[in-house]
Amino acid sequence: MKEEIIIAGFGGQGVLSMGKILAYSGLMEGKEVTWMPSYGPEQRGGTANVTVILSDAPISSPILNQYDIAIVLNQPSLEKFVGKVKPGGILIYDGYGINTPVTRTDIQVYRVDAMDAATEMKNEKAFNMIVLGGLLKIVPMVKLENVLLGLKKSLPERHHKLIPMNEAAIKKGMEIIQKV
Amino acid sequence: MSEEIKLLKGNEAIAHAAIRSGADGYFGYPITPQSEILETLMAEMPWETTGMVVLQAESEVAAINMVYGGAATGKRVMTSSSSPGISLKLEGISYLAGADLPCLIVNVMRGGPGLGTIQPSQADYFQTVKGGGHGDYRLITLAPSSVQEMADFVTLGFDLAFKYSNPVMILADGIVGQMMEKVTLPPYQKRRTEEELRKECPWASQGKPADRKPNVITSLELDPAVMEENNNRFQAKYKKIEENEVRYEEFMCDDAEYLLVAFGSSARICQKVVELAREEGIKLGLLRPITLWPFPTQAIATYADKVKGMLSVELNAGQMVEDIRLAVNGKIKVEHYGRLGGIIFTPDEILQALKDKIINA
Repeated sequence: MKEEIIIAGFGGQGVLSMGKILAYSGLMEGKEVTWMPSYGPEQRGGTANVTVILSDAPISSPILNQYDIAIVLNQPSLEKFVGKVKPGGILIYDGYGINTPVTRTDIQVYRVDAMDAATEMKNEKAFNMIVLGGLLKIVPMVKLENVLLGLKKSLPERHHKLIPMNEAAIKKGMEIIQKV
Repeated sequence: MSEEIKLLKGNEAIAHAAIRSGADGYFGYPITPQSEILETLMAEMPWETTGMVVLQAESEVAAINMVYGGAATGKRVMTSSSSPGISLKLEGISYLAGADLPCLIVNVMRGGPGLGTIQPSQADYFQTVKGGGHGDYRLITLAPSSVQEMADFVTLGFDLAFKYSNPVMILADGIVGQMMEKVTLPPYQKRRTEEELRKECPWASQGKPADRKPNVITSLELDPAVMEENNNRFQAKYKKIEENEVRYEEFMCDDAEYLLVAFGSSARICQKVVELAREEGIKLGLLRPITLWPFPTQAIATYADKVKGMLSVELNAGQMVEDIRLAVNGKIKVEHYGRLGGIIFTPDEILQALKDKIINA
């Protein structure tokens, strides 16, 4: 098993931490993991992205031409990465941030309205976990229990009370993701 | 799952490994993309557990001279910075080399010249392996290509520094510093006691007992005859290091018709290039120098008799390629491919360059 994933959006949307939680979940399953962020001025209000690779075998390059899965959370990220999804690969987007339809027909496109759901849940911070839930529904690359373990591992103890909220957000994402 | 397996950034791994390897002191000044080394050390507060000193100096120059002072007393001391900061440290590094002092220096390279960019680069190869500071000195240079090696090379670096009484450089870059991977941290090694230190470093300036002459640590020698002797001693040491400490890794080289040579994170990207090339039926291998000095000259010379051409893949304008050409000595074509100023090449770009510059040239 190997999944090469790019997660991209605005700085502040929780792109890097979503990638981190996915990487921790992979670690909990004993997989090889690489988490490679874009860093620097890009994070100040511009676009932020992170490459996450989960694999059963040792991972070669952290820098990739193409991805199995692209998760794009704003229009610039869609434009940057839609062409870099492997044929047959998956693109997931949040309907709130995207205003042009995806025209590629050789990839599977999914929509998860995470921003709307987060607003409905009165918890905008749950946004990235809703997206993660959507991803795990489509490609169950890690078990939910290991995501929760990963959260426990990556969050400081004083934030462990937030884990049930995160679990609810992941389940919400699993419910609302739909094929386009 | 063992507790020791963690998910860490390369920079964080260096900090944890330093505490665990029994380091006595870290002196540094923040600069992107390596500030997590100092930040992690500060957060871990090793002065309360192992007694390791962690100090944010007032400048890079101050930090390297604190390293000089600590090393002169036989302590396991280190510093870290990124390219412009390393340039500031070079005077101190030359003095450390000129005084036969062991220490560990980490450079998490960013794009230059000048203040440059904060994005990854490998443009300090020349600076590190060809001198940088003044005088005929050498730095044992380790080039990590994974977070695991960022951790492992701290212990290895200290061991080599003390084995040869010489500064050691970990030459990393923004990719391997910023990315997170699974890492097994080294076991805790106690800091040496004063007694152990006096035994291991009889040369150290620790206060003079009655039964020996004072230990003088200096790189200054005004008598040229003695200074030449000092240089001869350095050169003899460097020869021994060249004979004993060359490290490199081969990836799918057995049947290779073409060879990529790359270090650090470029070598990771090149592994993918080898996979892509092999899918197309191109017999491509990768040789990764782990020590940049001493350079794996002999290994590369041997491949000059086996392969049709080599491509040196570096995030710079062509630096290591000169050492490869010296090793190959004109036997086969050796070209360079690089991206500059903080831009990172993708695997398909490199494969295309291999075709254009070597296979179809």
